[in-house]
Amino acid sequence: MGENLLRKVWDLHKVRTLPSGQDQLYIGLHLIHEVTSPQAFAMLGERGLKVLHPERTFATVDHIVPTDDQNRPFKDELAERMIQALEENTAKHGIPFFGLDSGLQGIVHIIGPELGLSQPGMTIACGDSHTSTHGALGAIAFGIGTSQVRDVLATQTLAFSPLKVRRIEVSGTLRPGVSSKDIILKIIADLGVKGGLGYAYEYGGSAIEALSMDARLTICNMSIEGGARAGYINPDQVTFDYLKGRRFAPKGKDFDKAVEYWKQIASDPDADYDDRFQLDAELLEPMIAWGINPGQAVGVDQKLPLLKELKEDAREAAEMAYTHTRFRPGQPIKGQKIDVAFIGSCTNGRISDLREAARQVRGQKAAAHVKALVVPGSQAVADQAAAEGLPEIFREAGFQWRQAGCSMCLGMNPDILVGDQVCASSSNRNFIGRQGSPTGRTLLMSPAMVASAAVAGEVSDVREFAEGGGA
Amino acid sequence: MSTSTAKIREITGHAVAVRGNDIDTDRIIPARYMKELTFDSLGQYSFYDQRFDASGKATGHPFNDSRFQGASILLVNKNFGCGSSREHAPQALMRWGIRVIVGESFAEIFAGNCNAIGVPTVTVDTGQIEQLMERVEADPGTLLHIDLESRTLQAGDSSLSFQLPDSQAKGLLSGTWDTTTILLDGLEQIQTTAANLPYVKDFPYDRSGGNPADSGRPARA
Repeated sequence: MGENLLRKVWDLHKVRTLPSGQDQLYIGLHLIHEVTSPQAFAMLGERGLKVLHPERTFATVDHIVPTDDQNRPFKDELAERMIQALEENTAKHGIPFFGLDSGLQGIVHIIGPELGLSQPGMTIACGDSHTSTHGALGAIAFGIGTSQVRDVLATQTLAFSPLKVRRIEVSGTLRPGVSSKDIILKIIADLGVKGGLGYAYEYGGSAIEALSMDARLTICNMSIEGGARAGYINPDQVTFDYLKGRRFAPKGKDFDKAVEYWKQIASDPDADYDDRFQLDAELLEPMIAWGINPGQAVGVDQKLPLLKELKEDAREAAEMAYTHTRFRPGQPIKGQKIDVAFIGSCTNGRISDLREAARQVRGQKAAAHVKALVVPGSQAVADQAAAEGLPEIFREAGFQWRQAGCSMCLGMNPDILVGDQVCASSSNRNFIGRQGSPTGRTLLMSPAMVASAAVAGEVSDVREFAEGGGA
Repeated sequence: MSTSTAKIREITGHAVAVRGNDIDTDRIIPARYMKELTFDSLGQYSFYDQRFDASGKATGHPFNDSRFQGASILLVNKNFGCGSSREHAPQALMRWGIRVIVGESFAEIFAGNCNAIGVPTVTVDTGQIEQLMERVEADPGTLLHIDLESRTLQAGDSSLSFQLPDSQAKGLLSGTWDTTTILLDGLEQIQTTAANLPYVKDFPYDRSGGNPADSGRPARA
């Protein structure tokens, strides 16, 4: 019986077994940002410790940055204090910092892959749950808390209990208008938001192998929404082609050596798994998470569930969701009016996401009552989009084109919902209050679906949507 | 340098029940209250948007209920602490006064964060948590006693066994739940493991782009 990628990477990075019985794992790449690092640096200071491997640590700023006016000092004094603290801490400890004037700044999970920092067969940690994103490159990537950020800063290692691996096989071919966001929303809906507890998810099968790296990153990004600590895809030619030529990726002969390692580290064809799950891509339709957790999702042609149709566990959450959203059980999700459309985030703020969305809105207009926002995930994505003329397409369609940041995914910067607005969002969480208003309502969907909802002013089926430019 | 942390063997106190499955960390502490450089003042923001309505009026949330003020044991249901990895969530609960959380199950990052700050997350089954919650809601004065060594929970005159992963129990009981010191003990092995990694020794990061913070754009987007 062969081994899966997680076991191989684990063995290679295991420093020793700790007295607690946990394993001490070496972390190959540590990414830090302004929200979860200042307390960790303070704890280091209190103990007189230094950063053990500043050369394997990289910082950027994303959660709190305004996406409209980025002039310093920020209007929000607290946000300004947080970016200053990160500037000071990174300078003091010799950690490379991709700040707003670097041209390399962006959401931490966008820039890691984009700069070639995230590579197959690496362990990656960051004080943010969506670190699972980097697994798309064949890395084992964990979201961690601040005390663990302190651990990695001081020791470049973490204490971990072993994870089980569930192989998620997605067979067949996606139909037009259906995207990788719909695959992961369907997986979470089927397995539940607790389904992944104790597991890492390995995604594979013909539908996954056919995806671009951008689309793969979207899938691994939301592993944590299914309760899985990590999610990954075995490295293949798509991975190697993606990494070639990126800023920090190995070049020349080193690149060839790297590819050798990357091929070896992939799961063996006869690898052993703790569990398996199968999904047929042909049957998928565009998905919408309508409730208060990402597992409460339906296909665009479906109606919201009646309480009596649900299992007891799901019923309680659905009742809460209906109380919060004031949507009606049994109502079709298609036609639900929206107030805000948000395209961006570490889930769907990459160049291919923006291209997909632009294809939908070209030559169209966002509905008059909809506030529509496009926020590139990084400065590099913004540059590429500009080179392709995407900002003009969005602006002509009445969308606001913003600067890179986490924006409306979470309420830590000026981009927030107001009152009980309904937001069609390409982000990852529809938790109560997530988008900054305690009564706001979030509908999670693919960027193309958000774009078509913005134009229609209501949830619509991207498959029926007349494309502007080509029409 | 070594930093010792307190041994945690038992916790005695009053309890407060916060019912519901899948209570995420955005609900435990809304992101807008995370714009802080320290964790010190976070206690007041625990469950903020559940405790106050849009006009700022206090709701009937158990954390507002005068009968549960001073509680040190939090009772919860399934998958508590899911979502964002923010350690601000357990830090807020701890600074509100919580010393241990008893639930049906916990999201993993949350449980790890609790462990890292010395707040045990112990699990019991559905029937047991329901009984405990009912008892505490009916009589907030019920004193609970949690013994980590024997893994038993005493509530008034009744007693039950709970689960706690061995690794967590060992750390708490021996006062080594603060991991930095223990991890640093393996410094030599850390460096050996690192030196043998293919991406460290055979094909390290290409840094020819110079100082990444002050030079041009990446090769491609």
